[in-house]
Amino acid sequence: MTEVFGMPLTVIAGQTMLGLVNGCFYAVLSLGLALIFGLLRIVNFAHGAFFTAGAFGAWMLFRYAGVGYWVAVVVVPIVVGAVGAGFERTLLRKLRGLDPIYGLLLTFGLVLVIESGFRLLFGSSGQPYPVPESLRGTLQLDFMILPLYRVWVIAAALGCCAASWWLVERTQLGATLRAATEKASLTQSFGINVPLLLTLAYGVGIGLAAFAGVLAAPILHVNPAMGSNLVIVVFAIVVIGGMGSMFGSIVTALAIGVIEGWTRVLYSEASSTVIFVLMVLVLLLRPRGLFGREGAT
Amino acid sequence: MSDVLLGIRALQAWYGPSQALHGIDLDVHNGEIVTLLGRNGAGKSTLLKSVMGIETRCTGSISLAGRELVGLAPHLIGRAGVAFCPDDRGIYASLTVRENLLLPPVIAPGGLTEAELMALFPNLAARAGLAGSQLSGGEQQMLAIARILRTGARLLLLDEPTEGLAPVIVERIGELLIQLRQRGTTILLVEQNVHFAAELADRHYLIESGRVVDHFNRDQLVRDFDRVAARLGV
Repeated sequence: MTEVFGMPLTVIAGQTMLGLVNGCFYAVLSLGLALIFGLLRIVNFAHGAFFTAGAFGAWMLFRYAGVGYWVAVVVVPIVVGAVGAGFERTLLRKLRGLDPIYGLLLTFGLVLVIESGFRLLFGSSGQPYPVPESLRGTLQLDFMILPLYRVWVIAAALGCCAASWWLVERTQLGATLRAATEKASLTQSFGINVPLLLTLAYGVGIGLAAFAGVLAAPILHVNPAMGSNLVIVVFAIVVIGGMGSMFGSIVTALAIGVIEGWTRVLYSEASSTVIFVLMVLVLLLRPRGLFGREGAT
Repeated sequence: MSDVLLGIRALQAWYGPSQALHGIDLDVHNGEIVTLLGRNGAGKSTLLKSVMGIETRCTGSISLAGRELVGLAPHLIGRAGVAFCPDDRGIYASLTVRENLLLPPVIAPGGLTEAELMALFPNLAARAGLAGSQLSGGEQQMLAIARILRTGARLLLLDEPTEGLAPVIVERIGELLIQLRQRGTTILLVEQNVHFAAELADRHYLIESGRVVDHFNRDQLVRDFDRVAARLGV
C-alpha cells in the first residue's frame, strides 16, 4: 500500500476529506466575520454565539414545532440575521467611531448572554439533531465511506462562499459595499445610505454564521459552547487570510481544515495548535495576512 | 441674476474641538460658476464638506433651493441634488474604473449617460476594467468629475480639480466646466489657481481664516487681479 510519511495514503485522503468538511464550516463562519470586519471594522466576538444560535434555532424548531431541516436551513439564518441586524442598529452603531475595543467588549458580553441563556434553558450537555432523511446514505469512495450529509455540507458551504464572493466582487451592490468599506463618508455623500448598508451587511454576516450553525447541528451535538470552540480558530483564519479579505478567508479556511486533518494523522498532539503556529508565522512574515491589501492591519 | 440655488448664512463649522469656519455668508445662483479663493487652511474645503454634511459639525443655515441641509444625514444631502468631488479625488482603489463611474446613483434626470461619459472621456473608456488606483493623476481627476456628471445633481462642488495636474489637463478641465455651465449646471469651485478661476468663474469669494473677507465678480477680479493675487500669495 502506498504510504506518505509512514501513513497509508487512504488514511491521508480520508483525513483530507474530513478536513475539508471542517474547513467548510470555518469558511462560512470566517466569510461572515471578514465581511463584518471589512465593512464595520468590528471584531465581532459574538460570531460564534450566533453560530450556536443557528444550531439551537434549528433544534428548537424541530423539537417544539416539528419543523424539519430543510425549512430550518432557510428560515433560521434569516431570523438570526434579522436579530443580528437589530443588535447592530440598536447597540453596535452607538460605538461607531470609538476605539474598536468597545465593540469587542460589547460583542464579548453578548456571547456571555447568549451562551448563558442557552445553558440556563437547555443545560450544558448536547442535544442531538437528526440528519435529514434524504441525506442519511453514504458515498463509497476508494479511500473512505463518506456520509451523504457531509457531501451536502461541502456543496452547500462552497456554494454559499461562491455566491457571497460573486455578490461582493461582481455586482453593483458589492461594488457599493466595497466603496463603503474604503471611503464611508464620501460614499454617503453620493446619496448612498451607508448606515443602512452596514446594518444589512452585519445581518448578512450573522445570517451566514447561523447558516453554518444549522449545517453543523446534525454533525456536532447542539450545545451552548459549540460556537466558542470554533470562533477562536475562525479568528485565526481571518487574520491569516487578511483581515477583511473574503477571498482570503475562504481559501485559508479550506486550507486550514485540510492542514488540521493532516496534522491529526501525522502528529495528532499538534492538531489543535498548528493553526496558531501558522498565524504567528504569517503575522511575523506578512502582517497584513496572505491576501490582505496593503495598508490593512 | 437668476434665483439662489445655494444659500449659506452664519455658517460655523468644527473639526472636533477646532473651529474652522466663523460665520460664512454666501450665495450661489442657478447656472453660475462660483469660486472660493484663499490660501491653504483658509476653510475652503471645510465649507464644501460642511455643505455635504461630512467630517464636520456645523451650525447656521445651508439651503439648497430653499431646503435646509444642516442636520440632514449626508446621504439625504446627496439625494437632494448636490454632488461632491473631493480634493484627493476620492477614487476607490478596490473598484474598477467602470465601477467607480457607476457608483453614485442617479438622483435626478438630466445627467450624462454612461455612453456619453465614455465618449467625453475616451481615456476612461479605454481603461474601464482597470483598478481606479492604476489611472494617472489627470485620469483620476477626469473620473472623479465624470462620475458625478451621471447623477443629474443640480449643484456640483469641486475641490481643487486642477491641483497637481499638467497644464494640458487643466485646460481640458476648464473646457469641460464651460460645457457644464452651458448645460445649466451650477458649480461651486474651490481653487488656488487664480488664473484658472479668473477665466472661468462668474463670481468669486475670498476666504481667510474661516471668514469671507471679499467678494467680487469676474470683471472686478480682472481689474484687481494683482491685489487679489497678492492676498493669495501668488
